[in-house]
Amino acid sequence: MSLVKVRNLNKWFGRLHALKDVNLEVREGEVAVLIGASGSGKSTLLRCLNFLEQPEQGQVIFDGKVIDPRRDDLNLLRREVGMVFQHFNLFPHMSVLENIIEAPVMVKKVPRGKAIEEALALLHKVGLADKVDAYPCQLSGGQQQRVAIARALAMHPRLMLFDEPTSALDPELVGEVLAVMKQLAREGMTMIVVTHEMGFAREVADRVIFMDEGRIVEEGEPARVFSRPQKSRTRDFLSRVL
Amino acid sequence: MDFLYYLVTSIPFFIRAAAVTVELTATALAMGMVIGLVFALMKISGRRFWRCIADTYITVIRGTPLIVQLFAIYFGLATIVDFGSFWSAAIALAVHNGAYIAEIFRGGIQSIDRGQMEAARSLGMSYGLAMRRVILPQAFKRVVPPLGNQFIIGLKDSSLAAFVTMKELFGVSMQLASTHFAELQFYTIAGLYYLVLVVLFTFLVNRLERRLKIES
Repeated sequence: MSLVKVRNLNKWFGRLHALKDVNLEVREGEVAVLIGASGSGKSTLLRCLNFLEQPEQGQVIFDGKVIDPRRDDLNLLRREVGMVFQHFNLFPHMSVLENIIEAPVMVKKVPRGKAIEEALALLHKVGLADKVDAYPCQLSGGQQQRVAIARALAMHPRLMLFDEPTSALDPELVGEVLAVMKQLAREGMTMIVVTHEMGFAREVADRVIFMDEGRIVEEGEPARVFSRPQKSRTRDFLSRVL
Repeated sequence: MDFLYYLVTSIPFFIRAAAVTVELTATALAMGMVIGLVFALMKISGRRFWRCIADTYITVIRGTPLIVQLFAIYFGLATIVDFGSFWSAAIALAVHNGAYIAEIFRGGIQSIDRGQMEAARSLGMSYGLAMRRVILPQAFKRVVPPLGNQFIIGLKDSSLAAFVTMKELFGVSMQLASTHFAELQFYTIAGLYYLVLVVLFTFLVNRLERRLKIES
């Protein structure tokens, strides 16, 4: 059954028509990877799913419920939808541990002791158990991004959004972040990933979605899309990045 | 030699007056910080209504002299509510500095990367919670230098309270100058006391700045 569904989504930035009648459905446990040139609307689509951007037209349906950004409490939706950003966006005035327990304690009112226990387990999972008390500025980009993933997971989201999680990293640090994401995918997390890492898409994605000029042009299993793209625009794009 | 004589013999008067100046300034700036924060938040609000109110307040207060505001409250409002000289001066100074502090806070808040608010909201935090826990603590660190500057201006501006009969540093020096016919000496002494207070305060702000820098 589909966990998140997008129907006829349209988004404008001033006169720029950023998303054009986008339809998308992601099943529980599925890993969907959005690819496409920069400016094609991938990140905008992702940001519409947790309403960091408000689409002007269309519907976002999460877990069978149509989300109305004017009437529904978006904070409740966002508790269930974790997001990882290109620039990590860790809170620089908080330690790694404080970053992770902040939302569980302040938003979900999880008892502090329990939140810390879970945070330590999550840090262990992303391989940073020794960085509990470090501050973000003391960490490498790859480490920061892994903390950011742990921070999002601490809310026990049902869906994880990744917005170019490795684009701001030095090449030698990309692998450690992708490894954590692969593990997450193996554990059955529903994930929507915007990335330029075609290797990751090929290996981990259940479905690859190619976007161009605000539209979904083609989607399908990675093996099929990468080896036999149906649309000429997909072929053009893939020939440039592969 | 007159000067040294006056400097020493006036110590008890000036110490008491300095205490009044500090009390008045601290009270006014504490209120000014609250006013500043409230209007800064209004100014960055998504609602035009709040932005308009904040804009009007800041424009009117920055566009008129403090002494006019002080007289309006002390003499003008006296027919309706009599605050007395201390609270008239404190309120005038608070309202006046609040406008400048609002702009300082606004600048500090807007200097924080947008991604911080987005990350906080994406975790399910409300706007208010994100502001309080994520944005303001970072913004506060950045506004310490301009805020310190504004406090120094506020401290010196508190001298205008002498014109509503406050016996603070300037008021006392006016009184002593005229009774002893020694204007140059007593106004110089008053200046020295202000200078010492400002230097002391600057030292404290610098220490705070250094500590904040180490923390981050």
